[in-house]
Amino acid sequence: MTTLAPAPSAALPAKTNREVDTRPLLWPSVIVLFLWMIVPLAMTLYFSVIRYNLLNPALTGFAGLENYSFLFDDPTLWTSLWNTLVLVGSVLIITVVFGTLFAVLYNQEFPGRNIARLLVIAPFFVMPTVSALVWKNMMMHPVYGLIASLQSMVGLTPTDWFTDYPMFSVIVIVAWQWVPFAFLILLTAIQSLDSEQKEAARIDGAGPLAMFFYITLPHLSRAISVVIMIETIFLLTIFAEIYVTTSGGPGTATTNLAWLIYSVGLLQFDVGYASAGGIIAVILANVVAFFLVRTVSRNLQQG
Amino acid sequence: MSMPSTFQKPPRWIPVLAWVIAILIFFPIFWMALTSFKTETEAISTPPSLFFVPTMENYTDVIDRSNYARFVWNSIAVSFGSTLLALAFAIPAAYAMAFFPTKRTPSTLLWMLSTKMMPPVGVLIPMYLLFKTLGLLDTVTGLLIIYTLINLPIVVWMLYTYFKDVPGEILEAGRVDGANPMQELFLLLLPLAVPGIASTGLLSVILSWNEAFWSLNLTSSQGAPLTAFIASFSSPQGLFWAKLSAASLMAIAPILVVGWMSQRQLVSGLTFGAVK
Amino acid sequence: MAEVVLRNIKKSFGPVDIIKGVDIDINDKEFVVFVGPSGCGKSTLLRMIAGLESISDGELSIDGKRVNDLSPADRGIAMVFQTYALYPHMTVRDNMGFSLKLAKVPKAEIDRKVNEAARILKLDPLMDRKPKALSGGQRQRVAIGRAIVRNPKVFLFDEPLSNLDAALRVQMRIEIARMHSDFNATMIYVTHDQVEAMTMADKIVVLQGGVVEQVGSPLELYHHPANRFVAGFIGSPTMNFIDATVKAVAPEGVTVELPGGDNLTVLVVPGATKAGDKLTLGVRPEHLQEGSGDGKLTGTALVVERLGGATYAYVKLDNGTMITAEVDGNSHIRVNDPIQLGVRSQTCHLFGSDGLALAQSTRHPLADVGRGKGGH
Repeated sequence: MTTLAPAPSAALPAKTNREVDTRPLLWPSVIVLFLWMIVPLAMTLYFSVIRYNLLNPALTGFAGLENYSFLFDDPTLWTSLWNTLVLVGSVLIITVVFGTLFAVLYNQEFPGRNIARLLVIAPFFVMPTVSALVWKNMMMHPVYGLIASLQSMVGLTPTDWFTDYPMFSVIVIVAWQWVPFAFLILLTAIQSLDSEQKEAARIDGAGPLAMFFYITLPHLSRAISVVIMIETIFLLTIFAEIYVTTSGGPGTATTNLAWLIYSVGLLQFDVGYASAGGIIAVILANVVAFFLVRTVSRNLQQG
Repeated sequence: MSMPSTFQKPPRWIPVLAWVIAILIFFPIFWMALTSFKTETEAISTPPSLFFVPTMENYTDVIDRSNYARFVWNSIAVSFGSTLLALAFAIPAAYAMAFFPTKRTPSTLLWMLSTKMMPPVGVLIPMYLLFKTLGLLDTVTGLLIIYTLINLPIVVWMLYTYFKDVPGEILEAGRVDGANPMQELFLLLLPLAVPGIASTGLLSVILSWNEAFWSLNLTSSQGAPLTAFIASFSSPQGLFWAKLSAASLMAIAPILVVGWMSQRQLVSGLTFGAVK
Repeated sequence: MAEVVLRNIKKSFGPVDIIKGVDIDINDKEFVVFVGPSGCGKSTLLRMIAGLESISDGELSIDGKRVNDLSPADRGIAMVFQTYALYPHMTVRDNMGFSLKLAKVPKAEIDRKVNEAARILKLDPLMDRKPKALSGGQRQRVAIGRAIVRNPKVFLFDEPLSNLDAALRVQMRIEIARMHSDFNATMIYVTHDQVEAMTMADKIVVLQGGVVEQVGSPLELYHHPANRFVAGFIGSPTMNFIDATVKAVAPEGVTVELPGGDNLTVLVVPGATKAGDKLTLGVRPEHLQEGSGDGKLTGTALVVERLGGATYAYVKLDNGTMITAEVDGNSHIRVNDPIQLGVRSQTCHLFGSDGLALAQSTRHPLADVGRGKGGH
């Protein structure tokens, strides 16, 4: 037990009659996932170091780090990274704070609790294009939107949300979709809190606030970290919401990394340049993924 | 001393607050549903009309005019097709890892999971070019392949968790009774794991149905599912809010119902078993 | 005829040895119980016999045939699992007939065998139910029925009663014992409960740490434990161990000094024991009585438990050793009372510093008797 490396003389694991050749069962999945992981990534990497523009076939050849240096010199990259950070950060804060509060709130007994819970989680099941359009048209439209109507009713000038507060508007839509996710996960986690532990705390004199900070929140900490990591992976590449609302604008006000790569690659057809951006997205996601995999693997060992 | 029941009772404002928040959050969906029964004029009237004669006109219009059936069919085909395909790949893999584990099994599982973390934009360009070369752009087949691949890790992972929960003694009893590994899988494990396989399949269907990155980028009309079809309403030519609402409601209603019914199982799937 | 012979059986997981070389001979039609504390390897050993665990080293034969490399289904065994392991999606009938169906036995033949087993176990009215709709005892019966249908040479039971409540456990214990005499089959039964072992076994195998501590009939283990571990494991409440110093050695016994100064001659073969040796005296609670015997122990009762028929007194001896005494149910002993306990020389055991028992001079008349039958 003192050494981790297998002793050289130790016998191989005993051959059991339980030993079945599982390769035909396992390998199909492993092979397709391996191809899926490696082929497009290798292509992205390759494109990112060549000159490749679909609109200009004359432009060819090895570019070295040219695409990357163009990219790093382009202020749009830094704007898009900043926008990505703002979008991810704001949505994370909103979803975790409200998700936690809602989880506590909807864990209380009250009439119609189950129905109310269903209403709260509903937005998560709405496809992103529908959410974005409903908010863009029916809620936030400067003329016909519900918010505009309410504003005029009380004598205010209706706000043109997507022109004046584009990033805020996108954040509202994305948060509306993801608060229910955080809520659903955290509600499940809160329900697994041992009721005897709560009773013991109550007997020890814990009021509602003490209960929340000393019992509930520590119990939720792991679920919260899981929520943060999973959301981060999805939020880093928010696309559909921007596609149907602002198209990255006005100007570059809502251009995030995903939109930048899309617009450079599929609207301006500069494959090399877009691929360099893709590699940056992969690196960013991998940093987050590293932490997620570590959390999950800890869980795997416990299970 | 107060009675235990009064001690446990939450303050009176809790139900009020909870219901107000629930209604506010659900309101956009409700409003969309309401709009889908208005005429186009009523839909954009200011102030918004609350009292109107409901009409089914938008539904009949959407269904009759816009090839709506094709988009519905594409959505069904890609989400169910990719789910079945993913299950076909994942069931043997999860079985092998759950019941014939080796030293490499945990790392294989984690590696599969890590493929899920690949940001789609990172590989958008090559996939687009690859699809273009292979003639898969704007096809159901192409989207189906992509959805199978992006859901496979989750499906393997969920099935693995469910299979792990099947008592090993039952399969051992099967071995004593003379079952070979294939008989163990088909006669014992699969019938036992039906609920787990069903909720895994549901999650995969929901995720595929709502997927909007690849569908927007790789399809436009022939192979487009509902997500892409709805996005076409964002073009500024004319305001068809009532029709948009009708089309949207039909697109989200089935998944909303399914999601409501299986929320608990979805949690463990969405968090890779980290929260149960 | 179905003897089961284990020769130097070993099991290791990597560098860790779970079973460290076990030799056991199980005779045809014998009811053998493997007993030991949890983690002693008894279940692993049973699963190796079943073929559910591979055998790292050694030889296992059933009915004269080496079966190390045979699959479980080909070893002529049937197993009843701790959790019953019934197939939840099949009816009782299908559960019991599953092995025959896999073996492609004709339908009529399956029905006949299943109905026969159902009749024996009185399962007839339950045949079309699913396991979920059965009580614990009924599930247990179905699990046994599933084993019977295979008509095995050897029945294996892995703690089959541990999930039942106390009353049902006694009832099933009796049924399994009756089943053994009805079927005349070899049975190997694993339990951590020494009462089950004592009441059911022809032969008990006591295991600890992957090693066989002793093999013998129930009363042989009770009266002639080979070492301190077996002495402490068999019998309830557990045997008292008291430090004792040898005063004199004679061919018919060893005289030791008890705490408190009393001398006691224990009827054991002295071997190499000599005066001055430090030994351990073993005496069962039920062999202590209030008053005097061949030797006496004095102390204070710290706790008194009255069970009605008997009273357990937890006594702190004057030298500080804690012992348990089972005294008469009508005893007037109270907490904190001084108590004097008498010890009789023929019911005492002596253990050397290596834990091994000194052999008793005379063999107990019932030590070689199996369960209500003559010895083998």
